[in-house]
This record gives sequence, structure tokens and C-alpha cells, in this order.
Amino acid sequence: MKVAGVDVGAKFVKVILMDDGNVLAKSSKLVGFEQKKSIDDAFQEALGKAGVKEEDIGYITATGSGRTAVHFKTDELTEVTAASKGATMLVPSARTVIDVGAEEGRAMHTDADGKVLDFVINERCAAGAGSFTEAMARALEIEVEEIGPLSLKSTEAVPMNAQCAVFAESEVVTLVHQKTSKENIARAIHDAIASRISSMARRLSIEQDIVLVGGMANNVGFVESLKRELNMDVTIPEDPEYVAALGAARVASARAGGVS
Amino acid sequence: MEKKESEYWRWKEYAWKAPELNWEDFEIITAGVDIGSVSSQAVIMGDGELYAYANMRTGSDSPESARNAMDWALKDTGMSLDKIRYVVGTGYGRVNVPFANKAITEIACHARGANWMYGPSVRTVLDMGGQDCKAIRCDERGKVTAFLMNDKCAAGTGRGMEVFADLLGVHIQDIGELSFDIDEEPPEVSSTCVVFAKAEASQLLREGWPKNKVIAAYCAAMAHRVFTLIERLGMEKEFAITGGIAKNVGVVKRIERELKIEALKTEKDTQIAGAVGGALFGKTLVEKGKG
Amino acid sequence: MKANYGYKDGSGEYFITIDTDKCNCCEECVKVCPAGVLEMVANDFDIEADDMPAVTEKERWKIKYTCAPCKPVDKESTPPCMEACKEDAIEHSW
Ligand code: SF4
Ligand code: SF4
Repeated sequence: MKVAGVDVGAKFVKVILMDDGNVLAKSSKLVGFEQKKSIDDAFQEALGKAGVKEEDIGYITATGSGRTAVHFKTDELTEVTAASKGATMLVPSARTVIDVGAEEGRAMHTDADGKVLDFVINERCAAGAGSFTEAMARALEIEVEEIGPLSLKSTEAVPMNAQCAVFAESEVVTLVHQKTSKENIARAIHDAIASRISSMARRLSIEQDIVLVGGMANNVGFVESLKRELNMDVTIPEDPEYVAALGAARVASARAGGVS
Repeated sequence: MEKKESEYWRWKEYAWKAPELNWEDFEIITAGVDIGSVSSQAVIMGDGELYAYANMRTGSDSPESARNAMDWALKDTGMSLDKIRYVVGTGYGRVNVPFANKAITEIACHARGANWMYGPSVRTVLDMGGQDCKAIRCDERGKVTAFLMNDKCAAGTGRGMEVFADLLGVHIQDIGELSFDIDEEPPEVSSTCVVFAKAEASQLLREGWPKNKVIAAYCAAMAHRVFTLIERLGMEKEFAITGGIAKNVGVVKRIERELKIEALKTEKDTQIAGAVGGALFGKTLVEKGKG
Repeated sequence: MKANYGYKDGSGEYFITIDTDKCNCCEECVKVCPAGVLEMVANDFDIEADDMPAVTEKERWKIKYTCAPCKPVDKESTPPCMEACKEDAIEHSW
């Protein structure tokens, strides 16, 4: 049966269409002023790409912080389960899944099947999520896409003291005035958030392999910092931002009675 | 009061001297210098009486800020620094006051200063500064019995309010009044985090909320946040508010509403509480022979 | 005196409370903390008293993170600092 997973995050809506465990189409849309419209647009786009009709989709599972807004859903799934189901599908050896999105960071300890054994969440404070990097890029006056590669060129680790995104912005401005290079500041920013994410994950018994998913997994600077902080290797699956949607689709299949 | 003021955008720096007092009449002269992250105060007291003070912005260099504030406080007194028997440094830059005899944490100094400012009946002091918020409980002598500081998170601090003022394009000193220019009290902004609250506020504005209503919702959120901090510490009457936010009625009135009690009012300058406490500690130390 | 070190941010309240009336200033908590969160400082509140333990200024902003390894989610356990304190003078709010 054809199913869909819809992940409504703080920044993007992601949709995955799946048939018998095979991905038919992926689509993602920025959450604009009207969340509902973004959800519909993303869903329609995915249908168009796959060339299937809406009535052919037998089961739709929604996840993400805005999942209740998916009016056409069959049921819902928590972000924690969605991410670990998706991650273990792509990387079956994954036992620790770290998911860092725009407004939340999470870490899950999971079994081979993607069943969550323990988890921790960092929420409602921008200092522990992707919004932190975004705010810092603004303070550095660069695009958020540039900050990751920039940080790889750093020559020196400079400390950042502020823990709050608001105070950290002022600290970045001060560092710029003190003529600290943007490369080194970028690294300081990623080190700061990576240290918070890794400490959070240390509340779990961290078992390898570690898989990083969510939008921040596309930021090479953050990935480097996280590896350094954890002192362990971290695997990034293909299209890491789609992993929760994929997990939702996987669960939709199982619930619909298809392949799990 | 003769206040001399120089122009500044956010707030005015000023110095003051008690017109009827003369330093030569005092037995023990002490001073407190409070170097905060945003503002610095130097207070000179003679035998426990307020004699002169200055309130300035903190510059990038703490020792220099301390010297400037002290020089300004001394300016019209005809007195020199060496006439001061004991100087206590306090505030976050307390160890960077070059001419201080001792550094004492701002919590202890604030409690002591509030006791002087509001009288011995004050038991709970809330100090809301630019980058932090402190709740302190003290006894009738101004001795601390419990305290709590919050200086990690911008929500609930003057800085958080500044971010909002910037977003909405209103002057920080107008926020209090504007927040009452509304038809009915809106629900609080639901996000605590300033970063997320900002996004939430932009969304509310797009939905057509008038600016003042958004301001009211943020003031309410800030008041609630501070209320929960006081709750953690336990509230005992009488209650007083010091620091920069004490001047924002939009937040103060809402805190009073939540606590269901009115804060003590004073004619004195609430921003100098910490430095006053320092000067009073200095006097005690001199009297105990430790000066 | 109940000294509360820590913070409240968008995600919750993280305070380490040290009750200086119970504390006997034995310094055990400082010694056992694996992360250097605690230190002995002069007691500014009572000039006559001994040095007292306190959370270092640097750590006051991040104990949620620094103390995380002492708070595993998969088993009940008491953090070393609380465990070491014979007088029950230390409490954590989370
Ligand atoms: S204002 Fe700062 S510390 Fe507070 S919740 Fe937001 S990012 Fe976190
Ligand atoms: S919980 Fe652990 S890291 Fe935190 S103060 Fe106690 S011993 Fe130190």
C-alpha cells in the first residue's frame, strides 16, 4: 500500500511518499506565514513528483511540532519515535540517534528496530538548537549556509562564554570588534552548541553507531564540532532532514499492515 | 535634589550630592562601587548617611569605569579619594575596582542596600538588571537568608526587553505605559526564550494584533517568569523591587498583580542599592576594626 | 542561608541549592565533583564564617549541561555531590 509520512517542523514541512518500503518521492517546503498552506503545498508537490493521486495514499502519519495541523492525516507519531525509526531504516547499526532541528535538539537510545529505549530533549531554549546558529550567522553578517564551511577553516579554538542566544549575539559582535577571524568565531559557535548537544546526549548510555539527523546534520561545521565533543565518529545519512518524515512513513506502512 | 545630567539615548547618566552636608563633619566616610554589566555606580556615605553618588554606563574596561564613576561622585564634594576610609567593590566587576579594600558579592550588598532604602521591614528583594535577575530574602538587619540569581538567560532581563523594543520600534522607557494602552489584557506570549518569543511576536503582528497588545503580552510573560522565580524562593512581606526594570511600570504592576501584593515604593534612586550596601558594609568593617 | 545557583531558561529550572546553615564546610562535595562545578569561596554573607562551597561563576550558566552525565536517564541515582554531603545540604531542582 502507498503511504505518506509528513513532518511539520518549526522551519520546514517535509513529506515522504512510500510504497512497500520504497521511497516514491520526497518534498520539502519552507513553513511560511500560513502553516496549513505549506503543508498542502508540500504534500501536493510530492504527489506530483511520484505521479500518484491523493486517494491512492492509504495511510498518512504526521510528526513534528506542528503535526496536529496536518488535516488529512490518519494518525500521529512523536518526533522521538519518528527520528529513530527513520534513522535505523537508513543505518541499521544505529544505536544512538541525535536529532537537531531548528527549535529542538533530541537524543535517543534505540534498538535495531528503531524502538526508543531512552531519550532526552532540549526544547524551548534557542541555545540548544539550530536557531542558535542562525542567530549567530546573522550577528556575523553571513548566510547561514556559509557558516558551516567557514568554521572548517578555523585556525584556533576561541571560547564562547554566553550560553543564551541573545547574549551570545553580543559576544559575537565583541569578538568581531576584537578582530577575531570569522572562521574562528564560526568554530566557536559550533563548538558551543555541540558541547550542549553532546552533554545532553551523555545522559544516555551512548552506544555506537551514532547517527546525526535533522537540518543541523547538513552543517559540516557543526558535525565536525560534535565529533570532537563526543570524541566518537558520527554517521550522517543521506538527506538527514527527511529522516523523521521517513520514520513516519515507515510507521504508516506498518500500521497499514504492510512492510515495517 | 540637584541632579546634573548629560544626554544619552537609552538612559541618562547623572551625579548627585547632598546639598546640606559637608564631608568634614563626618567621622567615618566609606564608599561602595557597583560595577554592573550595563551600569556602574559609586556611592559615598558619611556615617551611614548618603552623601554623594554617580550613576554611569559601564565601559569596556571595568577598572576605568570604576574610576570614572568615583571621580564623578567626588567632583562637587571638594573631597579626595584618600579621605574615604574603606571602599567596597561589588557587582560583576567587583574584583576590578582598583581602589577597593574589599570585594563583596552583589547579593549581600543589595540586601543591605534595600534594607537601608526601604527600611527594616523589607524581607524580599527583587533586583532586575540589564543582564540578570536576582531574588533575595533577608532579615530585619538586611542579612541574606536565601537568594537566587538568574543571569544565564536573556528572558526576564532588561536585555530581553531591549530586544523587544528594537523589534517593535518603540523606546524602552515608553514600554510600560504603552502596555496599559489596550482594551483588555491579552494572554502572555507563550515562548519564554527571547529568540522564540520574538518570532511569536512577529507572527502576532502579522495576525493583526496592535503593537501595544503585543507589548502587553510580553510584559505579562516577563512578569510571570519573575513571579515563578520568587515562588521558588518563597515570598515574604514586605516586598521591594530594585534595578532598571523597577522603572518599567508595565512589568512592575503585573508582577504585583501576580504576587497579589504591592511593592514598597521609595523616593530614593533604586539603581544605587548595591553600591549603598557596599558603603554600609565598609562602615561596619571599619567599626569592627577590620578596616 | 539557602543559596540557589543556576538559572531558569526556556527549557526549565536548573538550580543547585546549598543550605549554608546545614553545611559544615567539609569540602567533600568539591572534591567529588568530576566536572569542577563546585569550589570553596569566602562567605561574604557572614564575615565571621568559614569558606563555603558554591557553584563557580562560569558553571552557573550551564549546569544543566555540565551536570548531565551525573544524571543518567536510564537509572535512578544520586549525583556524587549530593551523595558526598553528610549534612544533606545540597539539593538539585531538576
Ligand atoms: S533567551 Fe536565551 S537562554 Fe533564554 S531560552 Fe532563549 S536562548 Fe535560551
Ligand atoms: S551533579 Fe555532578 S557535575 Fe554537577 S555538581 Fe554534582 S557532582 Fe558536580
